[in-house]
Amino acid sequence: MGDSGFEARVEQALADAGLRRNFASAMGGFAARRLAVFPDAAALERLREQGAAARRRALARLPELLEELERALVGNGIHVHWAETAAVGNRIVLEILEAHGVRRVVKGKSMVSEEMHLNAFLARHGIDAVETDLGEFIIQLAGETPSHIIVPAVHKNRAQIARLFHEKIPGTPYTEEVAELNAVARRTLRRMFREAGAGLSGVNFAVAATGTLCLVENEGNGRMCTGVPPLHIAVMGIEKVIERLEDLPPLLRLLTGSATGQRVTTYVNLISGPRRAGDPDGPREVHVVLLDNGRSAVYADPELRATLQCIRCGCCLNHCPVYTRIGGHAYGTTYPGPIGKVLTPQLAGLERAGGLPFASTLCGACEEVCPVKIPLTRLLRRLREETVRAGAAGGAGAGALERLAWRGYGLSAQHPRLYRLLFACGRWLGGLMPPVAALERWGRAHAEPRFARLSLRRLFRKRGIPDA
Amino acid sequence: MADPSPKPARVQLFATCLVEAFFPETALAAVELIEREGVEVVFPAGQTCCGQPAYNAGHRNEARAAARRQLSALAGDLPVVVPSASCAGMMKHHYPRLFSDPAEREAAERLAHRVVEFGEFLVRGLGVRLRDAGPPLRVAWHSSCHALREMGVVLFAKALLAGLARVDVVPLARETECCGFGGIFAVKHPALSAAMAEDKLADLAATGAERLIAGDCGCLLHLQGAIEARGLPLRVQHLAEFLRERVHGG
Ligand code: SF4
Repeated sequence: MGDSGFEARVEQALADAGLRRNFASAMGGFAARRLAVFPDAAALERLREQGAAARRRALARLPELLEELERALVGNGIHVHWAETAAVGNRIVLEILEAHGVRRVVKGKSMVSEEMHLNAFLARHGIDAVETDLGEFIIQLAGETPSHIIVPAVHKNRAQIARLFHEKIPGTPYTEEVAELNAVARRTLRRMFREAGAGLSGVNFAVAATGTLCLVENEGNGRMCTGVPPLHIAVMGIEKVIERLEDLPPLLRLLTGSATGQRVTTYVNLISGPRRAGDPDGPREVHVVLLDNGRSAVYADPELRATLQCIRCGCCLNHCPVYTRIGGHAYGTTYPGPIGKVLTPQLAGLERAGGLPFASTLCGACEEVCPVKIPLTRLLRRLREETVRAGAAGGAGAGALERLAWRGYGLSAQHPRLYRLLFACGRWLGGLMPPVAALERWGRAHAEPRFARLSLRRLFRKRGIPDA
Repeated sequence: MADPSPKPARVQLFATCLVEAFFPETALAAVELIEREGVEVVFPAGQTCCGQPAYNAGHRNEARAAARRQLSALAGDLPVVVPSASCAGMMKHHYPRLFSDPAEREAAERLAHRVVEFGEFLVRGLGVRLRDAGPPLRVAWHSSCHALREMGVVLFAKALLAGLARVDVVPLARETECCGFGGIFAVKHPALSAAMAEDKLADLAATGAERLIAGDCGCLLHLQGAIEARGLPLRVQHLAEFLRERVHGG
């Protein structure tokens, strides 16, 4: 079922001891910092309730809230564009850039632009999109994709970055000094900020009541991208809207605390329109592209809708026993980790990504930390059901043999005699596992379990324990 | 912690499929520990598997069929003691969600209220005080995901272990991290599952503890299989069997 490439990438990732170490230690660090910034469990729980309520409130009236947002944005002098698909979103961005004759854009970190594969699209049209978040800058140099939604280059160690800078940035000597590497990046980017015809950014929250775009970051590059070039284009998923400014403080606190263990990010940008008469700086034009790309369908399902509560803090990745062992690239998706396993099948379809929800033990570590209380295990289970259903209808999902096995399971669970007969068979066969390929693979790392020699009923009868 | 409820005269045991197939001693130990408190245990004959394997594999119809069977097998109003937090969690938290028919849902809710995990029952249902008759021993505790997050019963198991005078419970690194079983997950993603087991066993080895105690047979099956395949000098054991051994003197 699903993506056999996933298993291959998983095995490759697991075999890479360095990668495993990098992830385990980085993720452990994030988890520890989160605990340090939220020391009071009861207070955190109250805050999560507040955050979840704000997100649910917004989603409960998403269509009208989006209209309210559009009115407020337009009132602030911001141009609003609606993109039903990534392809439409890319087109819109391209048209705006072409209308302004822009050949180079500087970009702040944006997962939605990754979802759209915007950089590659712009490159095909002769426009250079330069990533300015340090992590994104690194992976762009390396020609890779983010391995984490908050720290995109977390899979790279210092030596790898040093080599990359040395090879890819002309005139850069090899150095592993962090300060020097930072300085190289800063020098390279400064020039880009000055020369770029436009800045592109994501959006963390869009406030419907006031038409405010909120963007948090730690490097100041987001502020440069949205403030220095004469044109700013923000791309956002339609789910990022919230009702009012009052919802912002708890959500920001949850976002930064859960993401990086900070009380507040170094920069909190609240963008409420283009440069006004008398303003010394700021872009002359601001555009917002609101991307649907499958989100309306998610919204339409009352249970799956909770997926859209996500504020992309990455906390579920940091705490996931699967993600922390294989990293983001093994998933082969824009969004990895628990939220990726829930979101991707819904956006890309079960045919392509229906296997992903099965790559979880349903341990619940993700939903335990999710700052907006998304019931991730329930959603994973629901999507497994969808995949199985799609398989029954001839789509992706379980093969015929597997379906047959479950049919058999169902029968034995309904008929105690059959159920006990199966155990008896297990005993007689001395634990010879049925030669099913899936179980054989399990057997590579596990000794065969041994069936009990006597049935529980016999044992109980011998001891006089009544069975009715 | 709430007051212990009045001690019942009888309870039903729901053994679980893994116990029936691979760990009957766990059930015998659980029964013995309950009986020595003067409570009778019955083993309703019509019980099968709780349905969780199918439920977590996305086969809701099969899970519902299994749930129906337990609803009728476990009829009555006695507490239902389950020596596995994940099966107890299935019955307590997921059974009611499986049914849309109001009568069936109500029956599921009633059963859900009666279900109690073994360790919790010893502490809250029976208020047991166990006399530790065994030799000094170092053990570590594995918080299974369902015991920890779904059932919230880890504190009871830990209280029981802490009550054993000569047992030293040493802390396990990443105690709350999953062991990698996950039912269908272990079959579909054996490499990941094995990697998680390996890390868990490495953490166990690092504690110097002689055994790992847990309250879930899924974790135990998984970890024991991994131990045997690698020939490691480690041991895992269900809480019930361990407690019985201690009161017997080892
Ligand atoms: S699902 Fe929750 S924890 Fe994961 S990224 Fe979204 S908000 Fe953060």
